[in-house]
Amino acid sequence: MTARASDFLIYDKVAGVYRANPEQVVRDDVEKHYWRHVGQTILKDWRLYLMLVPTILVFLFWRYLPMYELLGSFKVDDTVKSVSEQYFKGFSNFKGLLAGSGTYAEYSMNFWRAMRNTFLLSFYGLLFGFPIPIILALFFNEVKSDLTRSALQVCTYLPKFMSTVIMTSLVMMLIKQGSAASETPPGIIAQLLSNIGLISKETAQNGLLNNPSYFRAIYQISGIWETAGYDSIVFFAAIIAISPTSYEAAQIDGANKWAQMRYVVLPSILSTIVIMLITRIGHMLSIGYEKVLLLSEQHPSAWQTAEVISTFSWRIKATSQGLASAAEMMNNVVGMLLVIGANTIARKASDVSLY
Amino acid sequence: MKRKLEISELIFKVISYTLLTVFAICCLYPFLYAISAAISGKHAVEYNEIILFPKDIQFEAFREMFMSNEFWNSYSNTLFLTIYGTVWSLFVAILGGYALSKKRLLFRKFFNFFLVFTMWFSAGIVPQYLNYVATSRVFEGMGITDDKWLVVIAMGMAAMNIILLRNSFEGVPSEIEEAAIVEGASEMQVLSKVFIPMCKSTIATVTLFFAISRWNGYFWARQMISNDYEQPLQVFIRNKLEFYTDSEQLATMTGNYAADSLIFALIVCSIIPILIIYPFIQKYFAKGTNAGGVKE
Repeated sequence: MTARASDFLIYDKVAGVYRANPEQVVRDDVEKHYWRHVGQTILKDWRLYLMLVPTILVFLFWRYLPMYELLGSFKVDDTVKSVSEQYFKGFSNFKGLLAGSGTYAEYSMNFWRAMRNTFLLSFYGLLFGFPIPIILALFFNEVKSDLTRSALQVCTYLPKFMSTVIMTSLVMMLIKQGSAASETPPGIIAQLLSNIGLISKETAQNGLLNNPSYFRAIYQISGIWETAGYDSIVFFAAIIAISPTSYEAAQIDGANKWAQMRYVVLPSILSTIVIMLITRIGHMLSIGYEKVLLLSEQHPSAWQTAEVISTFSWRIKATSQGLASAAEMMNNVVGMLLVIGANTIARKASDVSLY
Repeated sequence: MKRKLEISELIFKVISYTLLTVFAICCLYPFLYAISAAISGKHAVEYNEIILFPKDIQFEAFREMFMSNEFWNSYSNTLFLTIYGTVWSLFVAILGGYALSKKRLLFRKFFNFFLVFTMWFSAGIVPQYLNYVATSRVFEGMGITDDKWLVVIAMGMAAMNIILLRNSFEGVPSEIEEAAIVEGASEMQVLSKVFIPMCKSTIATVTLFFAISRWNGYFWARQMISNDYEQPLQVFIRNKLEFYTDSEQLATMTGNYAADSLIFALIVCSIIPILIIYPFIQKYFAKGTNAGGVKE
């Protein structure tokens, strides 16, 4: 809309002069006193704004200030001084990590190893961890007795509520290495696996966690144990929302179980599946550092496959803070792009925005 | 008329029951094994003689643990962190969620973005660690030298939980709020007498999320609490595990129970509180929407 002169001035026929348009006077007034108006609104409603203060403070101090610390990735690598006292150094930390030469060679090698592991762990998590909850939900739907189903659900949800320490301790105890000195066998699951021939006796005896080729499998299987049951809740909710008449109609038309799955269940839960898939892809790079650290801390030989970006930077933080920050910065920026991209796709594809 | 199951449906049913049962047993087995191993004799545990049921039953691992001061101390530290932490998180989240649910809040979009952005982008553990170190110095400057309070105040605030509460508060019909205001209720009264009772189930869910994340908290407690005597139970368990996987330490063990039994006993004790509240959590999985109030 273009402004016209009459918006501002009106010709007063009686007095024969131009006067300011009273509406514009009000608009000017509002504009001039915008901040005063804001202040008055806040003062009038101060209780509401006071309620926001704790949230703002907590997030400012412990979510946003760490982002400020990330600036350390652009600065001189000096662990003694705080970030604000350091000089700007440019992108040398990033360059060093990405294309390491000279003093950076080892860091760069480990960085790429960690990057690869991060991607692979999330990718396998998507490949195996994602379909299993859907299958579980389909199975739960078959159990018509409420009591039996609740009992099964209680058992499968339970591991989700245990701490990472408990879960990793149990994993470590169940597949622990045997001792040559006292001739004790390995943990019970490791022994079971070697008895049925999945792994050799020496591998079991030496400890599965010491062997880099098993770390990914351990991570994924324990991940499924931990979350598959709980993750099935959302799919199960989508399945039980399907009206029974849909099944009946399909049955009258002579659909067998597979046809029912294909033409009734799948179309009904497809939107849920798409949304969950996109969420998973969005969070691909945020591998739980706690679990990886706890599982691999005592087993340096497994770091070849176990080290992810966050554990990599955690380990080098004492010697080179700048590099550690740079590694996390790259990981998190890519992660954020994934989240935003996934969210955009979700909005386009299904009219559902996750955030 | 009940129709007969088709053969394909029957097969699928059988497969479902079988695989679900197997999966449920697999999920539970490690816990059952932990209980059995905690009360079995030394030889039976070390040589894998127990599969499911305990053998040569002894309770000395449990007794040893119950006699230890360190254990009770870490247990009480965990209780401290869980109780104060949950109360603080809930306080912040309810007030924040309530304020954000109001359409009349100025800069509402900005504040929402302020929260949601932390879900998209997190600084990572090293910057977070540096930040905790820096803030602990600020705390010390203020005369709070107890690291426990930093953990209570700084940890466990998830933007997701605040947004859950906000959405739930938004669902309360505005007529009810207006009615309360007409009756002369103040802002605090509207919140405590109208909104909190109407969003009970969401608040219960969020409380449980907070409490469980506090009870299970390990990493930051270990990093931030410098005093060993103030470490929570999870750190205690982990330390014991690291201690007893060292074979030199193992050799010094006397008594007729295995080191593993002691760790399993610890694990069992730490999950008991969760098992106790577990049935209550179950209830809130399918969040009931609050019906009633003003009908339009």
